[in-house]
Amino acid sequence: MATTTTTVPSASPVAGSRSFLSRLRDGDEIARLITFLFAATVVLITLLLVFELWKGSALPRHKFGFAFFRTTTWDPIFDKFGALPFIFGTLVTAVVSLLIAVPLGIGAAIFLAELAPARVSDTLEFFIDLLAAVPSVIYGLLGVFIVIPLMRDYVQPAIQQTLGFLPLFSGPIYGLGFLTAGIVLAIMVIPYIISVSREVLLSVPRDQREAALSLGSTRWESTWKVVVPFARTGIMGSIFLALARALGETMAVTMVIGNTPTISASLFSPGYSIAAVIANEFTEATGDLYLQSLIELGMVLFLLTFVLNGLARLLIVATSQRGGGTGHA
Amino acid sequence: MSSRLRWRKFVSGFMLTMTGVCAFVSVAVLFFILGYLIYHGGTSISWSFFTRLPVPVGEVGGGMANAIVGSAKLLLLATLIGVPIGFFGAIYLAEFSGSTTAFVVRYAADLLNGVPSIVIGIFAYSLVVLPFKHFSTLAGGVALGVMMIPITLRSTEEFLLAVPRPLREGAMALGASKWKTIATVIVPAAYRGILTAILLAFARVAGETAPLLFTAFGNEYWSRGWTQPTASLPEMIYRYALSPYEDWHRQAWAAGLVLLALILVVNIVARGILARGIAVPRS
Amino acid sequence: MKKFAGLLLVVLVLGAVTGVVLAQNALLINGAGASFPNPIYSKWISEYTKKSAGVQINYQSVGSGAGIKQVTDGTVDFGASDGPMNDDQLKAYQDKHGFPILHFPTVLGAAVPTYNIPGVTATLNFTPEALAGIFLGKITMWNDPAIASANKGVNLPAKGITVVHRSDGSGTTYIWTDYLSKVSEEWKSKVGSGTSVNWPVGLGGKNSEGVTAQIKNAPNSIGYVELIYASSNNVPYGTVKNSSGDFIKADLASVSAAAAGAAKNMPDDFRVSITNAPGKTAYPISSFTWLLVPSKFSSSDANKRDAIKGFLNWALTDGQGYTEALAYAKLPKPVVDKELKAINNIQ
Repeated sequence: MATTTTTVPSASPVAGSRSFLSRLRDGDEIARLITFLFAATVVLITLLLVFELWKGSALPRHKFGFAFFRTTTWDPIFDKFGALPFIFGTLVTAVVSLLIAVPLGIGAAIFLAELAPARVSDTLEFFIDLLAAVPSVIYGLLGVFIVIPLMRDYVQPAIQQTLGFLPLFSGPIYGLGFLTAGIVLAIMVIPYIISVSREVLLSVPRDQREAALSLGSTRWESTWKVVVPFARTGIMGSIFLALARALGETMAVTMVIGNTPTISASLFSPGYSIAAVIANEFTEATGDLYLQSLIELGMVLFLLTFVLNGLARLLIVATSQRGGGTGHA
Repeated sequence: MSSRLRWRKFVSGFMLTMTGVCAFVSVAVLFFILGYLIYHGGTSISWSFFTRLPVPVGEVGGGMANAIVGSAKLLLLATLIGVPIGFFGAIYLAEFSGSTTAFVVRYAADLLNGVPSIVIGIFAYSLVVLPFKHFSTLAGGVALGVMMIPITLRSTEEFLLAVPRPLREGAMALGASKWKTIATVIVPAAYRGILTAILLAFARVAGETAPLLFTAFGNEYWSRGWTQPTASLPEMIYRYALSPYEDWHRQAWAAGLVLLALILVVNIVARGILARGIAVPRS
Repeated sequence: MKKFAGLLLVVLVLGAVTGVVLAQNALLINGAGASFPNPIYSKWISEYTKKSAGVQINYQSVGSGAGIKQVTDGTVDFGASDGPMNDDQLKAYQDKHGFPILHFPTVLGAAVPTYNIPGVTATLNFTPEALAGIFLGKITMWNDPAIASANKGVNLPAKGITVVHRSDGSGTTYIWTDYLSKVSEEWKSKVGSGTSVNWPVGLGGKNSEGVTAQIKNAPNSIGYVELIYASSNNVPYGTVKNSSGDFIKADLASVSAAAAGAAKNMPDDFRVSITNAPGKTAYPISSFTWLLVPSKFSSSDANKRDAIKGFLNWALTDGQGYTEALAYAKLPKPVVDKELKAINNIQ
């Protein structure tokens, strides 16, 4: 019998780059290409969207220019449009909602990831995910039937009695307005913060905690000073998701904010947000300047997200000294 | 015990209790909402809700059969569009890309995420409705699919990156090529988080009304194929809840409950089918 | 991986199956527009399609402005609006399609002032000056003489008025502001009339439901809703002084009286405003509502054209019998006759 000697190809990777063909054979290049195409699609869609928004808002951009951002009038009959009250309302409600949702959400996520027994944590998480699934119209309805009367009859008067000297809590009480919208938004975005933060916290390796504890830290210290920072980028990611949701939420906001383009120092005042005015008026906007002004508002919201995202990224880069285990911006 | 230590122990106990309070508040609100929805929706659900079509305004006894099917079709299409793009795009970001490309793609995704759903509806309107000159399930599916992309992408990426280095290196050391490592080690290790991301995205778009207003438009009858306007649960809820008719209000609550149940079922089925052991032990 | 692929396959197959066109071949006609006449249109469609098998008319009440826009864009087969298209809009349609669009009045309706004043159960009387002043923000207290003088014997409180209006574009807003523009020069020059205006004061509620909810929740408030809505929901509403000086409560008779005068001078294109109409018993905030139908259909859409013509014909004759039960006033006979002739203009 003739024996053939076959050289067994070495299975271990050779140090240094491999030839293009061998990488191709392994499918890596194809995988890279395919996944790149998908990633590129995302960018393409975004660019296309920006392009459509830009093109669709040509008239008011030429007519008003930058004055669009300073004007407070919104008059469809006399064709005068300004974005300021809507920008104000969008920002205020988003900030209020995050001020409520972030501490509550991260606190709850820590509890679920670190303290609760696995089964409890999983069950509660399951229900919290359900909260994210409630249609926004239902939140709006609950806002109208439950939150507004509560605010009007109990919460707002109580706040005004104690803190009413602050301009923040002054003025007539309707039950609706910036504060109520912020609260409803907070309820809507909490599930995002909780579920994503919890998952990220759960994926922090056990040895990190144990190292901290073995050095004598309390349970809280090991959680807050070691585990959470390790999961920092994931948690910040969840906050971005929440922020994006709060900025763009339409239905629930329009049912509780009062739909009045006003700028006021008081959180009790009725107001308007960009998304709400677009929802209310877009399908009815006849007349090119009117329609395109609404589209320009949509573009403004887009820009807002752009700027806020940029700021937040700078924040991460500036503060990430200690290892987030992933260490990317 | 030194006083400093006592203080630290107190802080620890206090803060940990506070996290419990946070969780309790969040869950309490949730249970309240669910209870309210179940009570109002449950008392309104009937067989006719599932089987009958809407009846003329002001009359009682109609149902939302066409809206249920319409929502299912829209969500199916949205998932087919949104999940692959988000999932594979995330793999690219986490495994293959350089930092500039990654930055650009992430930024684009965050921007897309920040677009209000109604603007996405406008986008789908100009892209799909106007050229074809009619409203359609397709347009609605495209709008919802686009909305699913950023949530899926960013969250999946986070979880892929969270897979510990030793796992990756172990696979490489055994000679696996990059894509094999991804497919057999990294993705399975991160599957729980990825599933969370996909389900979050799904839940998010399932309840969206605004983008459907001028894409799927609404239909009083059965919608056939993909190119006719279609009714959907969120759109019906919106319309019925804001109407003056008691019967419609009850149907709106019922629809809200059914929608929630639909998402729940998808959740359970998905977790069940894709369940494998947990690769990364929880600490 | 295999499990994933298997799942994907199942999903794709399901998708293909649901995409299969079923055997029936009913003709689907899409319409969009005013929510004001939605109840009657919905009833008409259901009755008419019982008679003509194979025709399905899908009407979505997305608002008058949306109706105009959609029919101009060509994404629906017909539109509906509580306010007639203005000249610019007509021109836009003509420029886009090359032929004009036709208006067909279908029923009559009205907008009424609703209010919530704790302690006041009487029906309040409102003069045009009072209404304009309130909505302009000039009259701010309920016990203002402008309101009190028309309501002797009613104990109006010395409380601030909370104004509520529609936040979404609406035909009801159109009717309301059209009326205010006619009775108040200041309103006309400062605010104007339309489906969406720059309200000097007030909170915005989404849909009549939203307005009613706001009014119910805010003591000492006032707003406006459709007559049909107010009467079917037992929402208290006040009377309005008409051009003859009488305080009229909106109902079928008074709304029909408002249209009777207009019937004599109906223009050929049927675009007319009947707010503040003459007539002793006329309710001043009344309006027609119109169906907007293209005057030409392509040869491939001949079925649609015939179906729409048939529906219009039926609505203007047998259909009028259903209106009063739903609290809409029917059209005056001369108007109907004129319209039936005009249907022939649809080619």
